[in-house]
Amino acid sequence: MLLAFDTASPTVTVAVHDGSDVVAELAGESGMRHGEELAPLIDRALRRAGVVPADLSAIAVGVGPGPFTGLRVGLVTARTLGHVLQVPVHGVCSLDVLAIHAVAAAVVDSPFQVATDARRKEVYLASYDERARRVDGPVVERPAVVATDAPVVGEGAALYPDAFPNARGPLRPSAGYLARAVVGEYAEILDPEPLYLRRPDAEIPRAPKPVS
Amino acid sequence: MRDEPLVLGIETSCDETGVGIVRGHTLLADAVASSVEEHARFGGVVPEVASRAHLEAMVPTIDRACETAGIALADVDAIAVTHGPGLAGALLVGVASAKALALGLGKPLYGVNHLASHVAVDQLEHGPLPEPCLALLVSGGHSSLLRVTDITGDHGDGAGVDPMGATIDDAAGEAFDKVARLLGLPFPGGPHIDRAAREGDSVAIDFPRGLTSRRDLERHRFDFSFSGLKTAVARWVEARERSGEPVPVADVAASFQEAVCDVLVRKALDAAQADGIEDLMIGGGVAANSRLRAMAEERAAKVGVRVRVPRPGLCTDNGAMVAALGSTMVARGRTPSSLGLPADSSLPVTDVLAS
Ligand SMILES: [Zn+2]
Repeated sequence: MLLAFDTASPTVTVAVHDGSDVVAELAGESGMRHGEELAPLIDRALRRAGVVPADLSAIAVGVGPGPFTGLRVGLVTARTLGHVLQVPVHGVCSLDVLAIHAVAAAVVDSPFQVATDARRKEVYLASYDERARRVDGPVVERPAVVATDAPVVGEGAALYPDAFPNARGPLRPSAGYLARAVVGEYAEILDPEPLYLRRPDAEIPRAPKPVS
Repeated sequence: MRDEPLVLGIETSCDETGVGIVRGHTLLADAVASSVEEHARFGGVVPEVASRAHLEAMVPTIDRACETAGIALADVDAIAVTHGPGLAGALLVGVASAKALALGLGKPLYGVNHLASHVAVDQLEHGPLPEPCLALLVSGGHSSLLRVTDITGDHGDGAGVDPMGATIDDAAGEAFDKVARLLGLPFPGGPHIDRAAREGDSVAIDFPRGLTSRRDLERHRFDFSFSGLKTAVARWVEARERSGEPVPVADVAASFQEAVCDVLVRKALDAAQADGIEDLMIGGGVAANSRLRAMAEERAAKVGVRVRVPRPGLCTDNGAMVAALGSTMVARGRTPSSLGLPADSSLPVTDVLAS
């Protein structure tokens, strides 16, 4: 029994997979209130699937890239639950989840890219072959620098049509596909470490300003 | 003692990842991982750096606390967590981890106020808190005077934790950090000023006492201000440097520290007397300052006020203080918080327990 969730996009997504299929999938309200939404969604998804936490045998979590605060909510939840339940925690790049979803839904049939919103007028971007295997990235970049006519999956493409005219759905990661990818063993499993891609904003202060 | 609740508390409101475990009011473990060294070169806490460090330290710190306490997570009866006030991103790491513990263990969750936790921690050292008592909380993030009539908050009876005064500009600990920088002492400034001051003359320089003039006392009798003091120190040091004379670091540190402690203690005792409260609790990182502790005890004794100050390790931010407050919540049968508990960076001090 696998619990999967992703908090790397504005929509919190949670799913439960029983080994043969996704038996519950829920999404938050896209309000960037990941800290409030995730735990109740997990609780509801488990109830809907008719399981208790002790029934879980593994946890899968999207490791980004994505806005840091929400991303950490997912990762610390996964790590803590994994620790409490003594079950493994599998990390998957959130862009890979979108790629796997796009190929499964047959919206792409040739090499493509996945782009999500990195804010600050940038996108998180990675390149995939036609079977959703990541061949390059993820990186964080300005859309103009990585503009392409190739198919681009994800919200980043929809946000910057000038750079990515060939935009495709889905827009945001789905925990159902995250779960399927892990159970079906076609996801590259990573440590549950966040893919920040950016250094923290921090300036070393200058010498104190004179006051008089 | 076996019947008392076993509570695990999590604190991540600033740069310390704290996990404490208590049974009743007995401290079993107080594990703290600090990212202070990563912030030192920035001269202050960088929120994103703190949040990243919390994520990395969270599970290992929980593990360390359980090991020290000699308990298994499954033994825990309740989880308590600071859900505000503090740095939003930092708080969220602790809150999310606490929810995962509550969810995974099937145990109640208590989202509690950081400031009330600083008060509650004293129960681990000096037993049940007298109610009412007056709490003076001083740290890098807060400087407030609180009237505590029910440490678990107001539950419809009007008792609770009420602010009597607070800083109108810098927190006391912030002033320590800034003055330390002026004097070329490392961050965080508190312990370094304290040490330097021991060699200095506390009456060498007459630094201003904020909000103590008659006019200020009318509007701000129990409030604090430290930004004028900080500027006065900066001016004094600059004048000294301009005239080519060496800066007497120990004397400046001692005189500055004396000015801060004088105002804190004076106002706290004034508030205690005004309200007829006989117990003064001092908490927060600045409560570790040796001069503040000595001055408070000396002056309080003269006016018949008892002083309670936890040992320095419990004054700074830690998980044990959160566990201590959580334990009181359980003991008094308070209703646990929901799994939808938000992190609230500007949580008012009166909101002690989240719904
Ligand atoms: Zn504090």
